[in-house]
Amino acid sequence: MRRVLSPVPIAVICVLLGLFALLAYGLASNEPDRSVENALGRGETEAAPDLKLPKLGGGGDSSLAAYRGKVVVLNFWASWCEPCKAESPLLERWHRRMSSRNGTVLGVDMLDITGDAQKFIDEYDLSYPMLKDKDGHGIETFGVVQYPETFVIDAGGRITAVRRGPVDERFMRAEVEPLL
Amino acid sequence: MRIGALLVILALVAAPVAAARDCPKTTLADIEDEVMCPVCGTPLGLASEAPQAQHERAYIERLIAGCKSKDQVKQALVVEFGDSVLALPGDQGDDSFGDVLVYAVPALGIVLAAGGIAFAVVRWRRRDGGPGGRRGATPAGADGSRLEDDMERYDL
Repeated sequence: MRRVLSPVPIAVICVLLGLFALLAYGLASNEPDRSVENALGRGETEAAPDLKLPKLGGGGDSSLAAYRGKVVVLNFWASWCEPCKAESPLLERWHRRMSSRNGTVLGVDMLDITGDAQKFIDEYDLSYPMLKDKDGHGIETFGVVQYPETFVIDAGGRITAVRRGPVDERFMRAEVEPLL
Repeated sequence: MRIGALLVILALVAAPVAAARDCPKTTLADIEDEVMCPVCGTPLGLASEAPQAQHERAYIERLIAGCKSKDQVKQALVVEFGDSVLALPGDQGDDSFGDVLVYAVPALGIVLAAGGIAFAVVRWRRRDGGPGGRRGATPAGADGSRLEDDMERYDL
């Protein structure tokens, strides 16, 4: 009994418990936020969080709230991301199709070098508005876990669909077309 | 005329050399351990093949080629990625309590570990080597006589 209660074993047990608690916290905090998918799985929609970021290339800030009343295809991308290159022409086509029907694509360039992003925009001739998320604020706000990701937001500001990975024509027809 | 042409040629050759001499001696290797690859979440020096890290390295090399000093390169990275791109504690310039903890906690850990080891060694030596300790003590009573018998039987 005396051996069990001596300070050394107690200290060792406390250190081990502390390490386990730290490990558990680390694992829990790195778990991606899947609340949007969970809500959509239950047939519900979540209100899109507000996102205020600088416009890519300057000209002040812009926010998601400024697009309230429009259907928004919110696309997170970066210039070095290969799947982003593949989906960009499709997004541009859909932006042109949507802009006459009260909708827009809104790009968010994540953790990227502005010059590289501008080159990307020029190369793919992208005309939709772009925001710059320089420090990952938008990534945290929307729980983005990979590149690219796209959120479809209806005119009432609610997230109606999400795609983790590049979008395709089928996704856009199924998730965006009915909202326009 | 020939002397004039020679002077022009010399000026043309000397100008880039002089410009290179005026450039600060900044290297990629010197910077990449002090800045983060924001997407990878590791220092840039550890993110070897990731495409985002390669883009960041290319950007740093362009800045170095443009005669930027180490501090100017870091400042340009802060403009692109925010303060969190700086990897060294204290670089962010806010003198936060966290910067002190980064150095204080490991030092405290080392001191505590050394103290713990010293304490354990002292206890162990007292228990095994000191007066009344186990080392050198022979079993008493029936155990002692059985040990004697065994040692005699095996001629030890």
